Amino acid sequence: MALLELRDVEASYGPIKALHGVSAYVDEGSIVALLGANGAGKTTTLRAISGAVKTAGRITFDGRDITNNRPEEVTRLGIGHVPEGRGTLAQLTVSENLRMGAYIRSDRNGVKQDLDRVMGYFPWIKDRRNQVAALLSGGEQQMLAIARALMLRPKLLLLDEPSLGLAPIVVREIFRIVEAINQEQNLTVFIVEQNASLALQVAQRAYVMEVGRIVLEGPSEQLARDESVRKSYLGY
Amino acid sequence: MELAAVTFAQSLAQQVVSGIASGAVYASLALALVLIYRAMDVANFAQGEMAMFATFVAYTLITQFHLSFYAAFALTVVIAFAGGFAVERVMIRPFEGSSVLTLVIVTLGLFSIINGLAGLIWGYVFKTFAGPFSTNSIQFGGVYLGIQDLGVIAVTLVVLSLVFALFRFTKLGLAMRAAALYPESSRLLGVRTSRMLALGWGLSASVGAVSGMMIAPIVYLDPNMMQSVLLFAFAAAVLGGIESPLGAVVGGVLVGVLLALVGTYIPGGQNLRTPFALLVIVAVLLFRPAGLFGRIEAKRV
Repeated sequence: MALLELRDVEASYGPIKALHGVSAYVDEGSIVALLGANGAGKTTTLRAISGAVKTAGRITFDGRDITNNRPEEVTRLGIGHVPEGRGTLAQLTVSENLRMGAYIRSDRNGVKQDLDRVMGYFPWIKDRRNQVAALLSGGEQQMLAIARALMLRPKLLLLDEPSLGLAPIVVREIFRIVEAINQEQNLTVFIVEQNASLALQVAQRAYVMEVGRIVLEGPSEQLARDESVRKSYLGY
Repeated sequence: MELAAVTFAQSLAQQVVSGIASGAVYASLALALVLIYRAMDVANFAQGEMAMFATFVAYTLITQFHLSFYAAFALTVVIAFAGGFAVERVMIRPFEGSSVLTLVIVTLGLFSIINGLAGLIWGYVFKTFAGPFSTNSIQFGGVYLGIQDLGVIAVTLVVLSLVFALFRFTKLGLAMRAAALYPESSRLLGVRTSRMLALGWGLSASVGAVSGMMIAPIVYLDPNMMQSVLLFAFAAAVLGGIESPLGAVVGGVLVGVLLALVGTYIPGGQNLRTPFALLVIVAVLLFRPAGLFGRIEAKRV
């Protein structure tokens, strides 16, 4: 059974409908990519999962119906959401950001272990723990956002366009780490991206969205060969 | 000549200390204002009335239930917390997400309700509120310092340190800061921001209650006693930077000292204190809108 499943999900911002019946699933332990242009509804799909936008249809996570649950309650079920724009707690220090990542946990020892583990993936954090997060570069803030979500010890990680505004070399580094975390921690990842070529490299399966609908889905290799995907999103 | 100079220095020192003492009171109330402003971008115009009401509760505990000042003080801080929490749940929560103007009007409504309620329960006759400190002075290097002033400063320091320790060193304080500054991100981290807001109201009601109980022995107790204090606290908060808790405290002390000097050294200055506080607000907003400790954040549009 899929860890996350969306069935005919609709969502609107006021009178404007952003999702017109999105169905998708994410298997446990996999990386699944959601591709599409600006405004296709990718971010809204993640926001619907987290309950940050009013939703119709049905969203199940780990066998539970989470449709329209509040964001703070969805998080407590084990979904780490790295939002669009990274959600950096900019005036707080790096270490406070990480502590907030583990906010809902009370197992001190487990949190400590996870902190070490996270610093293993992002070694630079150790030296900059006491810095205010606003002083980090864009790439560092993106890594901090992922590190913070990992501190939750989530079952599912939602990544909203981690490549946005970052240099290609930084983006590759971030994707490499995400892939490593997926393999080593068996963490399920649902990733929204405009950078289709990179996303298709790390994901096993992918969806393509256009104006609020899924228009294509399948294994990544298959989508990478698909002519329309190549033309629209891969650029060759 | 020399004698006159020493006397002036002594009088100045005395005025500064008593200014710091009133400043400590303004600082507490300013901090209460800042705590709520940071959490919801709204100045709580009922902050002073909440403090006044809490002070009347302390008065009742002392006069009717014969508690000692300190017992009544501690109990009132707890009651004020519960009251602030409840006020947020009942009066503010239904307007969560409303415009700032709506919320401002709600706090103005709260102002009238609490003021009227206090008048109804305790009446408008001025009451003396016996503080815990002697009204005598001690001499220190030729300067006479009021024991009451020193006591007010000490109590305020303890309370403010506790508040800062809460924010700096506890998980709850960290979450309250995060929820106030970054509500959406915080919710994605599992913070129940709505509850944090209610806790913030409770906390600021407690801090405000301290200011009320500290000023009441100096100004007499009546339902309108906090209104000028609220104005001075606004001046303090604006001067320090309306989003900065530390700024509120520094601003409070500065305003307290400035008003003490104005009241003493400018002829007719006692009556100039309120206009002077307004002058501070206007000048800061004109020349340094973010205040001493605030910063202007660039907003993406």
